[in-house]
Amino acid sequence: MASDDVWILGIKMTKFGKHPDKDVIDLAAEATMAALADGGVTMKDVQIMGFGNLMGLTAGQSLQKQVGQTGIPVYNVSNACATGATALRVAYMAIKAGEVDCGLAVGVEKLAGAGLLAGGSRGADKDTWTPSGRLGAVAPIDGRIGTETMPGVFAQIGMEYGHKYGGTSFELFAKISEKNHAHSTLNPLAAYSKRFTLEQIMGDIMISYPNTRPMCSANCDGAAAAVLVSDAKLKTLSKEQQRRAVKVSASILTTDPWEEACQVLPNVNTLTRNAAKQAYEKAGIGPEDLDLVELHDCFATAELVHYDNLMLCEQGGAADFFNSGATWRDGKTPVNVSGGLESKGHPIAATGIANVWEIAHQLRGEAGDRQIEGAKVGLAHVIGLGSACGIHVLEKSGL
Amino acid sequence: MPDQIPFVDYLVLGDQPHLVANECTSCGAHFFDRRNACASCFATEFKKVDVPTEGEVRAFTIVSMAAPGIPVPFVSATIDCQGTSVRANVINVDATPDAITLGMKVRLATYVVGSDAAGVDAIGFGFEPAA
Repeated sequence: MASDDVWILGIKMTKFGKHPDKDVIDLAAEATMAALADGGVTMKDVQIMGFGNLMGLTAGQSLQKQVGQTGIPVYNVSNACATGATALRVAYMAIKAGEVDCGLAVGVEKLAGAGLLAGGSRGADKDTWTPSGRLGAVAPIDGRIGTETMPGVFAQIGMEYGHKYGGTSFELFAKISEKNHAHSTLNPLAAYSKRFTLEQIMGDIMISYPNTRPMCSANCDGAAAAVLVSDAKLKTLSKEQQRRAVKVSASILTTDPWEEACQVLPNVNTLTRNAAKQAYEKAGIGPEDLDLVELHDCFATAELVHYDNLMLCEQGGAADFFNSGATWRDGKTPVNVSGGLESKGHPIAATGIANVWEIAHQLRGEAGDRQIEGAKVGLAHVIGLGSACGIHVLEKSGL
Repeated sequence: MPDQIPFVDYLVLGDQPHLVANECTSCGAHFFDRRNACASCFATEFKKVDVPTEGEVRAFTIVSMAAPGIPVPFVSATIDCQGTSVRANVINVDATPDAITLGMKVRLATYVVGSDAAGVDAIGFGFEPAA
């Protein structure tokens, strides 16, 4: 242990799925109280809270009223699908800066039944065409000038990769989805844990070619929370707490640097690659060292490009890498053994903490039927359009 | 009263419809929307430049689920217009995977999006196969 290390002491996710009987705060409170209990601490120990609820706009102060009002600062964060990772990084940075020795991060969303999600320009046409906004558009552009729907945007991102490097097809993207749904059958907390055949996936309702319905992330309800502590704080705790603590070897957040085409189709590649490079350098760990990866498969077409962006394969080699079987749970670099966003579900602000929970759960050796044997190092990745990319590299305690 | 209006202000109508971009006079970056400063080099001077009307499909999807009122299926694409990336629908083509290919040559085309209460037509743009 180095003196400035930051550790995950306690972490939990709720079951993802439909929770009609619970409101946003019920879910957040369930994850928070479970994470505190998992770490063997109480709200009395917590000195800062990072909180995210992207779509519901609920504030962390509402959570405090249900789990403990101790007067600590709350940072309410909003960073698209990277909201949870951002909340986690708020707690991490405060500890790293030496301001506190224990922080809490919470992400929660209620999205069951939300339907098709899209970018900014929805709405009804007006009676008179009147140019407005920075494009001087007379009506919403979504669907008139390309698509802003998430399945459509990410479909194009996968197709662009295929155009650049070749090797992609509808079937290849569907096979990625087949893998994640197969993995989900071992995850009791996944929103959906049903295995699909390739034929079922390709024959399902087309949302935005080549993404059919099971190739899209599942809108659902859920929350996740993590308690982080400094190295000094951890040393004051029990041997068992130290043994189960998971080291945050890198916590990185990036946005997309200017590039010509990113003004038109979001470029999810460069900022992910930049974040990965920084994460590997900071952690002193290379992609070949990773025992498992949870990456942002918001759509099957997205998972493919992130194999490349996270440098799990050679540049341009993502299709071959997948076809080699490397990313199945018995492969060289298991990816999304939780089932991923396509089956575990994607309650937006919870996702960037829930994927860290999956890695931590595996590194602690507590993943039961889906345990990756001997897992010591893992990486969790999220990306929110706009864009923001969060990467956390995690290591098992040496104890 | 004009009886036509471009759907967006970067579409120029007339005999030869085309798109115009705001070009940063310092670094040459192109933007279709109004910018306070250049996202690439932070300079604040821009000039209008014409964007080539021919290009090739760099990425596409066929949208089957869209906002209410948007006819589906339709083809959404990123078009590389000789170095300037343009987001648009591919029109005057079957919206099937067999009819669209990555790298296919396309050219700008206009169409009537709809008429408002005063009878003014909004003219939109897309790209159609150039073959």
